Amino acid sequence: MTSPSRRGFLKSTAVGAAGLVVGFYLPESSKMAAQTAASGSSTPAKVNAWIRIGTDDSVTLMIHKSEMGQGTVTSLSQLLAEELECDWKKVRPEFPGIDPAFGLQGVFGSNSIRSSWGPLRNAGAQAREMLLQAAAQRWAIDKSLCRASDGVISNSANTNTLTFGQVAEAASKLTPPTGVALKPPSQFKLIGKSLKRLDTPDKVTGRTKYGIDVHVPGMVYASVARCPVFGGKVVSFDATKAKAIPGVKDAVQISSGVAVIADNTWAAFAGAKALEVKWDEGPNAAFTTEGNRKFFTEQTLLPGASARHQGDGAAALSTAAKKIDALYEAPFLAHAPMEPLNCVAHVRPDGCDVWASTQMQTGISGIALRLTGLRQDQITIHSEYMGGGFGRRSGTDFAQEAIELAKAIKVPVKITWSRENDIQNGFYRPASVTRFAGGLDADGWPLVFTANIACPPMGGGGSFGGGRGVDSTSVEGIADLHYAIPHMQVDYHSVTGGIPTTYWRAVGYTQNTFFGESFLDELAAAGGKDPVELRRRFLAAQPRLLGVLNVAAEKAGWGKPLPAGHHHGVAVVNNVGSYTAQVAEVSVSEGKVKVHRVTCATDCGQVVNPAIVDQQIRSAIVFGLSAALKGEITIEGGRVQQTNFHQYDVVRMDEAPVVDVHIVPSVESPGGMGEAGVPCIAPAVCNAIFAATGKRIRRLPIQEQLA
Amino acid sequence: MANIKFTLNGKPQSVDVNPDMPLLWVLRDTLGMTGTKFGCGMALCGACTVHINGTATRSCSMQASAIAGKNVVTIEGLSADGSHPVQKAWMEKDVPQCGYCQSGQIMGVAALLAKNSKPSDADIDEVMKFYICRCGTYQDIRAAIHRAAELQTNGGVG
Repeated sequence: MTSPSRRGFLKSTAVGAAGLVVGFYLPESSKMAAQTAASGSSTPAKVNAWIRIGTDDSVTLMIHKSEMGQGTVTSLSQLLAEELECDWKKVRPEFPGIDPAFGLQGVFGSNSIRSSWGPLRNAGAQAREMLLQAAAQRWAIDKSLCRASDGVISNSANTNTLTFGQVAEAASKLTPPTGVALKPPSQFKLIGKSLKRLDTPDKVTGRTKYGIDVHVPGMVYASVARCPVFGGKVVSFDATKAKAIPGVKDAVQISSGVAVIADNTWAAFAGAKALEVKWDEGPNAAFTTEGNRKFFTEQTLLPGASARHQGDGAAALSTAAKKIDALYEAPFLAHAPMEPLNCVAHVRPDGCDVWASTQMQTGISGIALRLTGLRQDQITIHSEYMGGGFGRRSGTDFAQEAIELAKAIKVPVKITWSRENDIQNGFYRPASVTRFAGGLDADGWPLVFTANIACPPMGGGGSFGGGRGVDSTSVEGIADLHYAIPHMQVDYHSVTGGIPTTYWRAVGYTQNTFFGESFLDELAAAGGKDPVELRRRFLAAQPRLLGVLNVAAEKAGWGKPLPAGHHHGVAVVNNVGSYTAQVAEVSVSEGKVKVHRVTCATDCGQVVNPAIVDQQIRSAIVFGLSAALKGEITIEGGRVQQTNFHQYDVVRMDEAPVVDVHIVPSVESPGGMGEAGVPCIAPAVCNAIFAATGKRIRRLPIQEQLA
Repeated sequence: MANIKFTLNGKPQSVDVNPDMPLLWVLRDTLGMTGTKFGCGMALCGACTVHINGTATRSCSMQASAIAGKNVVTIEGLSADGSHPVQKAWMEKDVPQCGYCQSGQIMGVAALLAKNSKPSDADIDEVMKFYICRCGTYQDIRAAIHRAAELQTNGGVG
């Protein structure tokens, strides 16, 4: 939490706009926010976000966060308006061009609310005090006699009022105050309310501009022919047939392949298909998912780097009253956001502009700096609305190639990825294998739980933290299980196979929570224990997990009669600072599983907008269910075998379960939400399938395994 | 190149394009109307749905030559001000998340409701299962379709 006594936090500036502009610093991650608050120092004097109160009463929040559907723009505006006391309906968010001098800027790890909770309210409070001070000076009264509400300042000594816009100019001459106290939660008027999303009206009329909608004067369109084998290189190419297509102008080799330039997107696509390229397929030409799976499986028989060592796993296994073993597997997954990847770039001798739907503004800026040789102040990254991200837009490959091409052809260019490019030439949630061995005590309760994980580093080697040979994101969901099982041991193998991997919504928890919560269910079944009872017993010292488990079980009617053929399965998780439990109600008939209902309880700390929390949970459950039921990228001869949505299918309207969301009240700091609902759905469904059929699903996707 | 004349959102439109170019790209690149979205290019996802003579059609798979003389309506022309019952219901239920697929979803639902003023859940599934939303807004879409049906029946005021 931000200390209100911090000095110099706000710097006011009047650059480029009439009215009051207040600049402030928004830490990028919750970890950084915590460190800043703990230091209580007068720094940082850096500014990377602004509030502008216009003389026309407009309120603009300029933030480096971006919107990919998670409702950030709305929730952050709520935080601001709560303290600013402006008219909520007048807040308009803008994404400014970023300045890399301010450190890592991006949208990932469900961080936006967590990192902004303190600073944004603080900035709003300080701007409000400046407006009040300006009004007090105008009226020649003490500031304590002025009140702000809905963007209007009233003089409590009489009936005089001034709007924020009327004093914004005068306020801009004042020094930002320090030590402004923030409202206690009991006085919140906006935080905690299900206010309508600010971005909805433009999204139902087609007015929202996504990266793919950017058009700049003189722009040409491009599509890239990419090597079908990961890591392959261009040997030579012949553009004769491509250039015969009306609208195709040229073909240019860049690092990602050969770009075909045209005067419209369709001609560029057709040109890239018609291009004849001789590829050096490189060392991955022999890669197969089956070979990869075999290699990973063999690795799990060997001791790995220790990700958790508690008690004595081997000794406990040798004395356990009952032992069980299981091998779990998860496939490669594509992200497939609805907006295919794209980027517009314009590189000039004196400047570079990049327009991108991106989760990683800083990364793109760094690439532009390196590729253009320009100065930092000559580079502008325009952050656009994203048509989904899910982790794929934390990559920078799609911007790098656009900058390279723009530099080569000297005119602005938009590269659009075809859906086939997206599915076949991307970065993937890695496939992984985990081998479990567990044992029960004489009463049938878990005594020992060991896991041996083979998983490529999620970020392709550049993961955050870990140490000691352990990639923390590859083991999260198993190494950090909260169950009070006496002996817990987790080993990790950092395997690689040449396939580019990256973060996927909820990262390591996407497969590891499926593995861990399923194997825990196996231990419960082996000991003849009820899955909820077992979790309650071993989470007794985890009040927030226990809380969501109890709410989900109660609301779902766990243990009570269900419609004929319907069965329940449960799973819990603690990720991105939130605590979540899900109970899935399924039936299985004719070899197909139908997920009827999912009851989800979440404790995500203090809630800014409950309706957006509900939305994110419903969203995450459908996203996770798509992967559980259908999601699989397979590779033969180094080539992805799926091309488009007919082969990489996702959950549709008729398959989407009813989702009941229950938010558990909490006074804790806000947790993340974008990823909190993903991990539990696969194990909850598979545990319900076991309850229904006695068949244990140990490999995703479920697909035809019940046939 | 061919000159193709059609009606776009109630107004006469003429374009000089490759007759094989899909309507989607005529709209987006030639005419700069970006409300209609590219999602798959194979009529698999529904993001590019527009109305052609009142029928919901995947513009990514409809050649420009085939729209000569036809009446094309896009999300920009569904209403002048977002007041179509489907758009109003979408706003009331705050359906969109990333929003990218929603132009297509809305156009699909508007065509559905024009034919079936009170669709059942099964009717909705039968039509809307061909529209992908990666944010998983399906539950909200379903609620908004039922609400739009009410608004439409009550002349947009219910």
